[in-house]
Parts: sequence; C-alpha cells; structure tokens
Amino acid sequence: MEYAYYPGCASESTARDQHSSSKAVASALGINFVEIPNWSCCGATAAHQTDRLLAVSLPAPNLLTAQQMGLDVVVNCAACYSRLKMANHEISTHPEIREKVGEVLGRDYDGSVKVRHLLEILHEDLGMEVIRDRIKQTLNGLKVASYYGCLLVRPPEVTQFDDPENPTSMDRLVKALGGEDLDWPHKVECCGGGLALTRTDVVVKLSESIIGMAQAAGAECIAVACPMCQVNLDLRQIDIKKAMGKKYDMPIVYITQLMGLCLGVPYEELGLNKLMVSPSRVVDAIAAVQNQS
Amino acid sequence: MAIRIKKGRSGKSIRSIVQEMSDVDLSLCFQCKKCSSGCTVSGMTKSPPSEIIRRLQLGAGDEILERDIIWTCSSCETCYARCPMGIDVASVIDALRSLAIEKKAAVPEGNVPLFNKAFLKTVRAFGRAYDLAMIGIYKLGTGTFMKDTEKFPTMVMKKKIALLPVWGADRKTVRRIFKEVDRDKGK
Repeated sequence: MEYAYYPGCASESTARDQHSSSKAVASALGINFVEIPNWSCCGATAAHQTDRLLAVSLPAPNLLTAQQMGLDVVVNCAACYSRLKMANHEISTHPEIREKVGEVLGRDYDGSVKVRHLLEILHEDLGMEVIRDRIKQTLNGLKVASYYGCLLVRPPEVTQFDDPENPTSMDRLVKALGGEDLDWPHKVECCGGGLALTRTDVVVKLSESIIGMAQAAGAECIAVACPMCQVNLDLRQIDIKKAMGKKYDMPIVYITQLMGLCLGVPYEELGLNKLMVSPSRVVDAIAAVQNQS
Repeated sequence: MAIRIKKGRSGKSIRSIVQEMSDVDLSLCFQCKKCSSGCTVSGMTKSPPSEIIRRLQLGAGDEILERDIIWTCSSCETCYARCPMGIDVASVIDALRSLAIEKKAAVPEGNVPLFNKAFLKTVRAFGRAYDLAMIGIYKLGTGTFMKDTEKFPTMVMKKKIALLPVWGADRKTVRRIFKEVDRDKGK
C-alpha cells in the first residue's frame, strides 16, 4: 500500500507529534507514505477567507505532483484535507475555475486526484481485522471520546467522509484497539479552529463545552485527528480555568498516538511528551496490561 | 426582530456581487433558520447567518460588511451542511470577507484580517506557513504582546512549536500563484 503523503505545515511545528506518530503507525502497519516532494501550504483558513481563486490555487501544485506520482494522496490534518478536497471539488465542477487555476499555475489540473484521510485508508484499504491482529497490547478498556471536529465531515458534499452528524470511524478504531468508544453528543462540534489567536475568548468557550461534555460522558481522554483541534483543546485548558474557573485535566491525544501505543511504537516517536496536559493516565492504563502479560 | 437596512447607493448591489463571488442563489432561502440554530457562534454574535442572508435578500448596502458575524464565524460549515436548500452559507460569508477587505471595512474585534494577512505573508515568503513570524506580525499589529506568553516557554521546551522556518517548499510556484492571483484581482 503506497500513498502520496501531504504532511501540511503544522507537521513541522505544532503537530510534529501527529506527523511522527502517523508515520510510525503507517510503517508498523506496512503502509508506505511517500512524501510529496517540495510540497507547499494549502492556504488553510486564511486563504479561503481572503480570496476564492487563491484558496483553490494554493493546494493545486501539490495535487498535480501527486497525479504525476500516480498515487492517491493521504492527509493527516483535517484542515489540509478539507482544503485539498475543496480545491478538487471546485476545479472539477467549475470549468471556468479550472481554466483560471490553469492560468495561475501555468499548468492544467483536472481536479481528479483522490484525496483521503488516514482514517479512511485504515478502514477502506486495511481493515480493522488487520489492526486487531497487529496490535501488541490493547487500550485496556480505556474510555475514549472520539472528537472529529468540523473539517473532516463538513461540507459533506465535498469531503464525503463517514456520517457527517454521527461519524464512527475513529470510534470503531478505538474499539478495535480494545478501548471503550463513548457515545457522546459533541463529536462534530467546532472548537473555534483558526480563531485560536484572534478570538481566544470564542475558542475558550467552545473548547470548554467540548471537554466538559466528554468528561460528563466519562471520557479518560479525547482522541483527535486534527492539529487545530488538538492545540485548542489541549493548550486552552489553562485559559478555561482562568476565564471560567473550571479545572480540567483531560489528555487530548491523536488517534495515531493511541494506535502507536498499542502497536508498540517507542514513546519518543509518538511525541507524547509534547502534549500540554500529561497523557500519563492513558499511558499508564495501557502499560498496566503490558506488565501483567 | 425588525431588520433595518441601508440600500446600496450605486453600481452593483452587494447581493449581486456576493452571488457572483460565491455561486449561491440567495433567493432560495426561506428563512427556516436551521443555519442559525446550528451555528457554532450564534450565541456570540449579534447577527446569526439567517439574518445575514435576509439582509442580502432585502438589498443591504455596505453596512452589512461590518456585521460582527463576518469575522466571528469560525468557518465550521455547519450552516451549509444543514441547509435544506443546499445554500453554501459559508461561501457567502467568505465572499463578504473578501468584500470587507476590498472596501476597507472597519477593523473587527480580534482583527482576523490582519491574522490572515500575516499567515499568507509567511506562505508567500517560505512556501509554507511559519507560525512564529505570523504570530509576531499579528502581535505587533494588535499590541497584544503579553497574551499567551506564559505558554511559550513550555511549548519551546517541549518543541511543540518550530522556532525556525522550514525550507523545502516549491517557493517559485507559490510566489507565482500569489502574483497571478493579484494580477487577476487587478483585472
């Protein structure tokens, strides 16, 4: 199994942990990530809030390179996933946009390269059976609230990812790893995303509502698949305490970090030390089983 | 609640410009308000999305570009996902943002336009986003130097944020994209 890997800018800064854990998990499962050479930024929220043509053009050179590689694109970051898929959608459904993007790039792109999230590949190409067979230890019944956020599932016409109101791909993965998947209502609520720096007040309120709901549902940790969700929920717990007086100590882990723990990937490669809220509760729960066996 | 609008004075109406920019047919909206019910920030804005659509339908002028929702919106796309008429409300908001920048509307709370500008500046320079420079430009422009600084040492220690920009992107292509898009806007 080989894919053109688009790491995204966060992979070199605030989401190095997601990047390294994803690569480690992929290699443990025999999935080959070939990094798209000289990949560039997808434009993220800033581009689509500024100019439509810019937002569609910035992802395009990466998609063109992947097309030349003859591979499907795999993305980790939900925001990049959304922008890459949106570019494909706009280019393939609007001939006039395709023409304009062609002028901007100096090359024609038809919008046909398949863009997929790692979660989709794990389910559709690999299957939960394989993961169940490969794990060296289970999550030991750890109660995990799977949080999908916005950009994997919305807009459904564009992303076509799972069920837009009640996705279960991460939950099914947690179950395959031997954890307890929690039924909770805030799976696809928004954490405030790109407003992290500009409207921290909004992000603090939204993040509190998500973490509070996960806690009320009995979660021992929240699993995420998006760097913006991870940073907002993890970093803002200090601000939630300051602004609202509510103290949380909820580990916000990438789903790939949970997988890595079960697949026996070394801790350093999983970047668990980078999390602001200590994930020791999660690590200890899994280590307990390891010590018994 | 009564909605008061000031009609656009001359030239193309905001409504027709927005429709052109976003490919959305605003007349499809029958005000079921599902977008506003699901809106992430509806409790934190004076004008929920259905009201913005209504204002546009009624022929609002430039004053609509200063409604707070335009920049409080988190682009979560719930409005579009739940609209029974398939109206891409998020693209309408994006079009209003582009227009607000073009027409130099008042600086909103939190100055999101400056943040976006700072972000895109680093992409233009390096081909990839560079967090520290973008945060620096934004803080300089907004005078919010002390905000979040208490977290910075821990983030640096944990290597949770990159100190230096990363090289390796196809910068030539990225610069060309910015240049050509600027040229297209000038047309």
